[in-house]
Amino acid sequence: MNKLLEILNKSADFTTAQLAAMLGESEADVKKQIEEYKEQGIILGSNTLINWDKVPDSGVTAIIELKVTPKPETGFDDIAKIVMSYDNVESVYLVASSRYDLIATVKGETIQEIAEFVSKRLSTIDNVIGTATNFVLTQYKSGGAVFYDDSDDEEQRSLIL
Amino acid sequence: MIDYSSLLNDKIQSIQPSGIRKFFDIANEMDHVISLSIGEPDFTTPWHVRQEGIESLRRGHTWYTPNRGFAELRAQISKYYARRFNVEYNPDDEILVSVGGSEAIDLCIRTVIQDGDEVLIPQPAFVCYEPMTVMAGGKPVIIRTKSENEFRLTAEELEQSITPKTKLLILPFPNNPTGAVMRREHLEAIAKVIEKHNILVLSDEIYGELTYGKERHVSFADIKGMKERTIVVSGFSKAYAMTGWRLGYALGPEPVISQMLKLHQYAIMSAPTTAQYAAIEALKHGDSDIEHMREEYDMRRRLIVDELCRMGLTCFEPEGAFYVFPSIQISGMTSEEFCEKLIFSQKVAIVPGTAFGECGEGFARVSYSYSLKHIQEALVRIERFLSENPV
Repeated sequence: MNKLLEILNKSADFTTAQLAAMLGESEADVKKQIEEYKEQGIILGSNTLINWDKVPDSGVTAIIELKVTPKPETGFDDIAKIVMSYDNVESVYLVASSRYDLIATVKGETIQEIAEFVSKRLSTIDNVIGTATNFVLTQYKSGGAVFYDDSDDEEQRSLIL
Repeated sequence: MIDYSSLLNDKIQSIQPSGIRKFFDIANEMDHVISLSIGEPDFTTPWHVRQEGIESLRRGHTWYTPNRGFAELRAQISKYYARRFNVEYNPDDEILVSVGGSEAIDLCIRTVIQDGDEVLIPQPAFVCYEPMTVMAGGKPVIIRTKSENEFRLTAEELEQSITPKTKLLILPFPNNPTGAVMRREHLEAIAKVIEKHNILVLSDEIYGELTYGKERHVSFADIKGMKERTIVVSGFSKAYAMTGWRLGYALGPEPVISQMLKLHQYAIMSAPTTAQYAAIEALKHGDSDIEHMREEYDMRRRLIVDELCRMGLTCFEPEGAFYVFPSIQISGMTSEEFCEKLIFSQKVAIVPGTAFGECGEGFARVSYSYSLKHIQEALVRIERFLSENPV
């Protein structure tokens, strides 16, 4: 995998001078490469990883499976576009699976709110023939970042030598 | 009340506890300390290796192994050293599996050294060689390596330190704490001196997999004529991120290994069984894990060297292990002062160079066995510290 993208994917905080040092390239080259990635739509932006589990009243997340009949002309794309148009939908994937076709991550204030959203908004979309809702209880890891706090284990390590 | 000091061995009582102890007591009692002080990989053991350990337990393989270690493990170690470092050892009688590299170092020193023998120890170096020499009745003779030589041992320094009592030279490269490596030409120069004297060499190659740049680590045993005089010590801790499994090995001439084996047999019996099963898997299928970790370290190394030099904490480019050894002399403080102030004011823990020998004065060991994010935060704090403490 591309090293520059790999580093940026983990942290957007490095200066171009630091990135250049890590990669053993010139700062100018790194700047140019980042610009190119932006133009090509490979780098879309950066946002902050937040552990919502630690934020009081931050709501619930559900992973929704959707079974759909693809449309003759546009296949799955049109249906996915409708699903992704909702602000509370955080991600949408088309997957190869025998059970369902699309997976969406949805955020809501309460379980009821999400249940209602699924029954009124998602399952009513044309060509959606079935849904299954999975509520998230604990987020252990997301976007490559570990959210599960196991710092107690760390304290047992030897710090010397 | 019993006067224990009159009952205990004088030698052990004369040995100071590791100099880093006090420092870590401070670090341990503070909250939110960012440490760049650890001396082990931040990676966990590759999953496929852990699985083999687990599987061996599941099958109930919980007995002692042969004293030398499993035959299969020794066969794999033999293939591994030939494949990676070009030196061949007979698995039947030239390989001994030990409890970490440290046990192998202890066995080797105790097997070679008797009262009054001199052991040449280049410093700065890992903390164990000196006390182990003292316990064996030997006399540690310190050779101070110099920053202008990029902390390599030179042939002249070696020649000057050899006396009729010299029995053993320790070669701790790639080096903890400096990150120094000895290239083939440097080792050949050392070999020329060794040839003239009847002494043995303990080559501690535990960081042998972690070298950066074009040339890979060269084993001292690969230098012409040196295999018969060298005991190579290595292990799984650094290469495969297996520190907690406690598994290492010694490679050497049969007459030396067979004597070391007696000591190992009586004191230890055999190295941990579960760890040996896992290690077989590591040697069979772990080359790509090493490469992955090495690339990660390399990236961090370049970042940290670049940033420290920019801040004025100059360091030569370390080519091995996972440590940088910057000079802290621009601060006008001693190593210990610098590290203590740094931890109290910015909560960043690094190790004073003096923990690795008096000649480490003016330097500090910074470990890059941490995630890039962690290193980045620590660097920000170090820079803040320097700007708050102008000379």
